[in-house]
Amino acid sequence: MFGAAPKLSRPPSMLRVADADFIADPAGALFWPEERLLIVADLHFEKGSAFAARGAFLPPYDTAATLKALARLIGAYQPRRVVALGDSFHDSLAGERLHPQDRAMIGSLQQGREWIWIAGNHDRDLPGGLEGDAQEELAIGAVIFRHEPRAGSSLGEIAGHLHPVAKVAGRAGSVRRRCFVSGGGRCVMPAFGAYAGGLNLCDPAFEPLFGGRDRLAHVMGRDEVYAVPHRRCAPD
Amino acid sequence: MRRGWLSSPLAGKLRLVRIHSAGSGFALPPRFSAWFATRGWSARPHQLDLLRCVRAGTSALLIAPTGAGKTLAGFLPTLVDLEHPPNRRALHTLYISPLKALAVDVKRNLETPIAQMGLELRVETRTGDTPASKRARQRRDPPDILLTTPEQLALLVASADARHLFASLRHVVFDELHAIAGSKRGDLLSLGFARLRQIAPGLTAIGLSATVRDPDELRRWLAPQGRPGAAAALILAEPGAPAELSILETKEDLPWAGHSARHALGAVYAKIKAARLTLVFVNTRAQAEFIFQELWRRNDDGLAIALHHGSLDVAQRRRVEEAMASGGLKAVVCTSTLDLGVDWGDVDLVINIGAPKGASRLAQRIGRANHRLDEPSRAILAPANRFEMLECRAAVDAAREGAQDTSEARAGALDVLCQHILGMACAEPFDPDALFAEVASAAPYAQLTRENFEAALNFAATGGYALKTYERFAKIKRMKDGRWRVANGRVAQSYRMNIGTIVEADMLKVRLVRGGANPATGVSPRPLGRGGRVVGQIEDSFIEMLAPKDTFLFGGEILALQGIVENEALVTRTHAETPKIPSYAGGKFPLSTYLAMRVRRLLADPREWSALPEEVAHWLELQKQRSALPGEDNLLVETFPRGERFYLALYPFEGRLAHTTLGMLLTRRMERAGLKPLGFVANDYALCVWSMTDIGALCAKRLLRLDDLLGEDMLGDDLEEWLLDSSLMKRTFRNCAIISGLIERNFPGREKSGRQVRISTDLIYNVLLRHEPDHILLRAARADAATGLLDIERLAQMLSRVQGKILHVALDRVSPLATPVMLEIGRESVYGEAQDAILAEAAETLVEEVMAEPAIGASRGRAKGAP
Repeated sequence: MFGAAPKLSRPPSMLRVADADFIADPAGALFWPEERLLIVADLHFEKGSAFAARGAFLPPYDTAATLKALARLIGAYQPRRVVALGDSFHDSLAGERLHPQDRAMIGSLQQGREWIWIAGNHDRDLPGGLEGDAQEELAIGAVIFRHEPRAGSSLGEIAGHLHPVAKVAGRAGSVRRRCFVSGGGRCVMPAFGAYAGGLNLCDPAFEPLFGGRDRLAHVMGRDEVYAVPHRRCAPD
Repeated sequence: MRRGWLSSPLAGKLRLVRIHSAGSGFALPPRFSAWFATRGWSARPHQLDLLRCVRAGTSALLIAPTGAGKTLAGFLPTLVDLEHPPNRRALHTLYISPLKALAVDVKRNLETPIAQMGLELRVETRTGDTPASKRARQRRDPPDILLTTPEQLALLVASADARHLFASLRHVVFDELHAIAGSKRGDLLSLGFARLRQIAPGLTAIGLSATVRDPDELRRWLAPQGRPGAAAALILAEPGAPAELSILETKEDLPWAGHSARHALGAVYAKIKAARLTLVFVNTRAQAEFIFQELWRRNDDGLAIALHHGSLDVAQRRRVEEAMASGGLKAVVCTSTLDLGVDWGDVDLVINIGAPKGASRLAQRIGRANHRLDEPSRAILAPANRFEMLECRAAVDAAREGAQDTSEARAGALDVLCQHILGMACAEPFDPDALFAEVASAAPYAQLTRENFEAALNFAATGGYALKTYERFAKIKRMKDGRWRVANGRVAQSYRMNIGTIVEADMLKVRLVRGGANPATGVSPRPLGRGGRVVGQIEDSFIEMLAPKDTFLFGGEILALQGIVENEALVTRTHAETPKIPSYAGGKFPLSTYLAMRVRRLLADPREWSALPEEVAHWLELQKQRSALPGEDNLLVETFPRGERFYLALYPFEGRLAHTTLGMLLTRRMERAGLKPLGFVANDYALCVWSMTDIGALCAKRLLRLDDLLGEDMLGDDLEEWLLDSSLMKRTFRNCAIISGLIERNFPGREKSGRQVRISTDLIYNVLLRHEPDHILLRAARADAATGLLDIERLAQMLSRVQGKILHVALDRVSPLATPVMLEIGRESVYGEAQDAILAEAAETLVEEVMAEPAIGASRGRAKGAP
């Protein structure tokens, strides 16, 4: 089933959306083996420099760090296609602030594969001079990829936008990590960007998507993704 | 006079700058001596000495016990100076105290002599509570004496009119200098002080301090550095009467472990009943809550016993303080919030519950009893367990000898310097060479290199990254003449809103609401109201451990958590008998190196045990027979099996923080060596690690050497690797990021943003560490980690001390000395990689549920076992 088997040391965590099986990678990406498709959401390139413009000099290495993590995934899964699920760039001027080295890195990752930039609310217009197709949505079989999840039932939807995190309490303390949220045949992906913050999946923003229905948080651990029932997760 | 614990043994070693004994050669102005006479007093020698010193233009440090008239001594030079005020009034004296309340208290105490002597002086306070209009007026029309805090001074020196305001400043008085000098607040204060000296070169400084280990450090702090031996004069007041110090005797046996001191509370209650007003000091807020609750349980006489700790609402604390001052209370259970100098009442007994953790801290607390110099302070120590008994014994001996163990001077923090440089640009354009010289004149920064200064300057300007991409956003800019100026008014405004070095832990307000769930059914009768009153604040990390309906002690009541809404924990009162009590981690203060050394010495010498209760001496005797006693200088390591695990017990006596760090590093190393460690637990005295592998057997077969396992190289790669992921390191970094101004706490008009917009400092730390590991903020964080939450410095000293001196005893069962720490297993909290265990645990419950309930929703079943 896992045709182009990625080099993984542990059994992969599976996540099913509309009868399609995905590998949930602990780095925060989905891989669809049948399609050799890699999906990442909310890269938020140049968020650091956006803050710098307002006087908070965050280390200017977030784009490089995000690209490095992405390069590792591309190396491991060798995808035929990559889908960036929107908000790939933090703002409309991000392209101007993009370091030439990072721009070249994006180009080299795109070599030999198809690349789809789904439009997000932060990046309605893709910065100029970049390869790849800009699209509003992408449908493959029963699965539909879009940036912002639609309220109500939406079978087969894989979206980003909300940056879900889960807070899990144990006997000795609690941890707050990025996570995938699945249930009702849809999935909301964690943000992939190095500086992307998180929204607790107990936030009312998730209600219209999952209603009262059961949902699972696939929480990103160090080397593994842990599936935790929604009601085991605590609000912030 | 008999030599008591307050008489300083240092007096012999130091050059005692007593200019004249008993004030001969200088007569007080008649108005002053008359005032002393009407009160039936005469000026004390140290008060006259200080007056003489300051009138001669010499800065001085006054070390005096509580009740010696320290504050009056500090102001006497100013009052004498201003007996005939000049025609042109200007700010004459600045008084700085670490506590807002102390400034207010001092104003009250100062107004009496001023009024009685008919002096025409204006004294005002300026704190965070002072209205903006009054602050503006104070800058325009300053009083003669301004009483303020370090943060307010930072604001004043960063304002454009600083030069005008301080031009005529003559004296600056630093109260409780010992409590502030060794901290980041002290660093910022020293930099502000350097600026004051630069504005008013004729300035004379007066430091007021309790007894400290090394007065020379504070003397240097008070004087501009740059020439060898620059230091303020030292004036030592006569010591007070020796304290009556004892260890509480109880009928009940001393427990093996725990920090509740429950066994001692009957005796504590009896002491409270017999005294006029008792302060009961504890080490943590949780302990305060517990002791308060337990004392009331026994309070058949209805004694007025109150509670005072930093999490309680300010108004509530003020009420307790007022009740103390008016004599309406019999006892107050308190944390270190009452350690410092405000005089709130006629305290005649101090009881310290648990171990004192440091000789100087104990001395400070004892000093809270009895503010009259010639009567002895009475203090009783109540250890909560056997190890604490050893520590109390050592502390009593140290106190009788007058030994001190205040912290050592440390290099000024770089994050504080970053903040200060931006502030100086907000005041007026600066020349970098001149500012460097000014900064280096402050004692904490005397050794600052020009490289580090430049790094801090670059940080303030553009973040100081090797990748220079933020030039166009610079906050401070270089002008044509080489000076630096602030880029715009917005930067200055934002600086003013983010000043200071006190980074609060994430706190939630605790709001008492009506209703809530029916305890029997767990059903809430109606939606929770939000209208109740706020009873205080509580650490986010504590609330995180609670689930809704869990009960906990707060403000002396048992409360049930109903839910968390935004930044508030909504709670209801409950009738539950036993609350879910927060785990007692022992206390936030680590055992001081000095006391640790004394405890080791006490343990190693059976002749000293006669001073210990019988059960404790017997316990040590048993240890001596079955295993071995830790020596004064070696490291005892025991190995023994228990159940299906193998244990490794170490007794370094270096404090919980250093032991926790050691536990982290040791388990990593054992993991790598294939020894399969499973966990560890640390307290102030010992560390216990358990594993699947029999380490004792491996040592016996010479397949493993403990000397290798505990090698100093542990602090190399192992440490670096661990720091990458350590949550403690991340917390340390967060503080540096906030203090340096990388992350702003407040900004005018900025909308409160949702959590997904806020960037967590953890993410920044991860990125910075991987891309620029030598960045100034990471260097600042590492310097903090060496002495702060990770206590690496102390660990390093210990590892080096015990090289080649490890005493290994292989046992077939747990030893007497290991028992207390073994009893603490299961109370430890998680760090670093152990966090994933929580996720695995939560995921496992899912598996269990799936196995147990086959009817559960299909989507959940698929998640784990994909087809």
